[in-house]
Amino acid sequence: MSDEQEVKPDKPERKIMTPEEREAKVKAAAEARAARERAKAEAGGGDVPAPEAAADGAAGATPERKVLTDEEKEAKVKAAAEARAARAKAKEEAEAAAAEAAPKEPSHNQPRLDHAIAILKEKIAEDVVEESSINENNNHLPTLTIKNEHWYTCAELLKHDPEFQCDYLRNVSGADHETHMEVVYHMVSITTQHEYCIRVKTDRDQPSVDSVTPIWQTANWNEREIYDLLGIAFPGHPDLRRIMMSDDWVGHPLRKDYVPLDSEV
Amino acid sequence: MGAWLQESLTWTNFAIFLAWSIVFLFIVLGFVTYAIYYERKVIGWMQGRIGPNRVGPFGLFQTVADILKLLIKEDTIPRKADRWLFILAPVITYVPAFAVLVTIPYTNSLYFTDLNVGLLYYGALSCISTIGIILGGWASNNKYSLLGGMRSAAQMISYEIPLVISVVGVIMVSGSLSLRTIVNGQGDAFWQWNFLPQIIGFVVFIIAAVSELNRTPFDLPEAESELVAGYHVEYSGFRFAFFMLAEYVYMFAIASLTTVLFLGGWHAPLPFLTFIPGVIWFILKFTFCVFFLFWLRATMPRIRVDQLMSFGWKVLLPLSLLNVFITAIYMELFIK
Amino acid sequence: MIRTEELLLNVGPQHPSTHGVFRIVVKLDGEVIKEATPVMGYLHRGTEKLAEDLNYTQIIPYTDRMDYVSAMTNNYVLVDAVEKMMQLEIPERAEFLRLIVMELQRLASHMVWWGTYLLDIGAMSPFLYAFRDREIIIDLFNELCGARLTYNYMRVGGVKWDAPTGWIDKVREFIPYMKKKLVEYDNLVSGNEIFLQRIIGVGKYDAQTAIDYGLSGANLRCTGVNWDLRKNEPYSIYDRFDFDVPLGTNGDCYDRYVIRMEEMRQTLRILEQAIEQFPKDGEIMGKVPRVIRPPAGEIYARIESPRGEIGAYIVSKGKAEPYRLKFRRPSFVNLQILPKLLVGETMTNLITILGGVDIVVGEVDC
Repeated sequence: MSDEQEVKPDKPERKIMTPEEREAKVKAAAEARAARERAKAEAGGGDVPAPEAAADGAAGATPERKVLTDEEKEAKVKAAAEARAARAKAKEEAEAAAAEAAPKEPSHNQPRLDHAIAILKEKIAEDVVEESSINENNNHLPTLTIKNEHWYTCAELLKHDPEFQCDYLRNVSGADHETHMEVVYHMVSITTQHEYCIRVKTDRDQPSVDSVTPIWQTANWNEREIYDLLGIAFPGHPDLRRIMMSDDWVGHPLRKDYVPLDSEV
Repeated sequence: MGAWLQESLTWTNFAIFLAWSIVFLFIVLGFVTYAIYYERKVIGWMQGRIGPNRVGPFGLFQTVADILKLLIKEDTIPRKADRWLFILAPVITYVPAFAVLVTIPYTNSLYFTDLNVGLLYYGALSCISTIGIILGGWASNNKYSLLGGMRSAAQMISYEIPLVISVVGVIMVSGSLSLRTIVNGQGDAFWQWNFLPQIIGFVVFIIAAVSELNRTPFDLPEAESELVAGYHVEYSGFRFAFFMLAEYVYMFAIASLTTVLFLGGWHAPLPFLTFIPGVIWFILKFTFCVFFLFWLRATMPRIRVDQLMSFGWKVLLPLSLLNVFITAIYMELFIK
Repeated sequence: MIRTEELLLNVGPQHPSTHGVFRIVVKLDGEVIKEATPVMGYLHRGTEKLAEDLNYTQIIPYTDRMDYVSAMTNNYVLVDAVEKMMQLEIPERAEFLRLIVMELQRLASHMVWWGTYLLDIGAMSPFLYAFRDREIIIDLFNELCGARLTYNYMRVGGVKWDAPTGWIDKVREFIPYMKKKLVEYDNLVSGNEIFLQRIIGVGKYDAQTAIDYGLSGANLRCTGVNWDLRKNEPYSIYDRFDFDVPLGTNGDCYDRYVIRMEEMRQTLRILEQAIEQFPKDGEIMGKVPRVIRPPAGEIYARIESPRGEIGAYIVSKGKAEPYRLKFRRPSFVNLQILPKLLVGETMTNLITILGGVDIVVGEVDC
């Protein structure tokens, strides 16, 4: 296992990097490597990477397994723990360094998001937006979390208000986040090409989100699918039936607590 | 042949007639067998395929094998079907198909009867097959077959009329309903055949005939992409084969009729070609007509029901009537 | 006015023209449809549920089986989503290979559509013509990745296999061949009076309705809405190529037909340029961690599949498996307009309209 590969699990965490950031990171990585080598030396053997790899759950590497005595094992576990601690520290440092080096530049869509929030607050209610962010990886998509009870009026506004004109609802998805359920709407305006992602949270015991089928016909089957697979009710939907599973199916398969009834599955 | 037909019916004559009709039955069955083979080959070539080539040399026994398969197949009758009608329907469809062949003259001497109302007989009998198709569709107790049967009824009625009226022109020109007389009215040169002077009638006849045959582009009763198989969706085994058989026998009949009415029957296309026997000319023209039907099938999409109806009533019928008028005026002015 | 008894007819799930196990319950008055209720789920395999227990590389073959007529674009939408989440760089050669296979796939998919559509309308030969020419594309894919229908070709960070020697030349030779064949298709079918009578003015809707129903692809463009994700939200390297987006005006089956035929020509144009610019050598896999673990967050990636906008919505919690994966399947969304279009049409037009929407049931049911 080369060092370069070991650093790799860090990679996903990285944002768009400025040269300074990268430099800081490289430095941090070098430090981490050094720390690890130190840990390795302390543990005193080539066996160390094996449990480390196992502990990290890194796929691919087949560790050389020997029959280990208890002492050896203990030493190894200790070494591994130390190494992990060292790495975590290095990572923290690297992140801190990166954060210090360059404060995140606001997205070019930030003004649009702020503007949208302002309009929604002005036209609907002060507490209509629960959270908001810019999903930078996703083409800087303005993402808003709308309070459940305001959702229908908000949807109407999003479609008809000249500021938004989101006439094209491209996707409706549901997700079970274990603490709560969520329905996510991706919409775009054909005329202005402005995109928004709207999330509506609902509680898990009695999940319910107002149907937007009267506003966008696209939502019709999508909502049925979410109802079918996640059990979220959509009051106001013209024909809320199961769509994928058979009508006598028990449970909602995509819920995280779903237990298949059929013994053969 | 003609001489025999005039003689009194003795046992010997009866035996001869019987023998001839059995021979003829086998000729027709042989035609059906090889028409199907021919169709599959022709369409195969048109579609960039090979067609049947596994059973026998060049796949010549493919249809025989298919018929054998149909014969030994389980004969199913749906439980909720009207049993007797279900059994009767293929028979009603097939018998008239075979019976109409009797009027067709193949050469000047080879014919089975010289009915003086030959054409009328043909038109009348071929309608009976429609009843079989409707019965089959109805008795199957299946919605698709019912729709197919009903479409068939509507289509037959709408196209039978222009079909018959389109040949009125020919009848007027030749002054007879007997098919032999009609052929004899045409000469040994292709410009003397009816299809040129009666061009409107000819076109209407061809279109209506294709429709009568339920073949592409008028194959609505069995439109496989809409009605799965139409009126014969519940039929299997030999009952299905009978519908199939009837369809191809009608093809034989229509191709012969077209040859007789419009393409000069057994006459040669050019005067110096008369040394070739008439039966060869008949077979050639007949084969061309059959080929034309296959050709259509390989190239045409299917017409829609409502368009079919409006086309039949609003275009074909007035055209065929117009043809009658034009012929009448022409005869009034030049022949009399 | 004569009224007949209403007939309840089950079209499907086993029916030759529902393009798979799809069912429509129609209420007929004679042959006129009073009400149509689509019923689906016969091909529901729970791809989204299965994906929650699989890592990203393992999900790719499952995407093949959604829209099995256009597996390459399905592959792409998933890897594109993951790559965007992980901010990965894709090598140039891999991008080109992806683009070429996606456009070839678009061509193959449209050819299947063309053939089956004509078969629906009752013409048998075009089906065989289309499949004969599609076979060449399938063979090209076969040579590239060893599969003819479900390719499992793309990977997060690149593609699995490099183009074998001479493959690009074969594609190059295929383009003029296909151009000639498209002319043949047009000669054979596009001017046929019966065919035109069958599709002109059938299944008509306006732009407003199309947008309201979230239609995409040719179904949206036939109303004149200029919306092609290859142009509007360029992904991959589409912005480097010059091509037109054909638009309709009437929003009927005829416009959809013309648009798809024209799209095939535009695809050939893109392919021509892509083959010209194809890099001589280079990597086909970018630098990708051994375990693909997108950072926590969510993403909605979408591309223009032959059927319309296919999207992948991924919620990641930083694990190797997606927490939630939802596909926006164009067939599923496009099909929603069907009950509205069918009212008042005849049985025959049901087949014409359904065929014109161009669905793949594997994708409807997912």
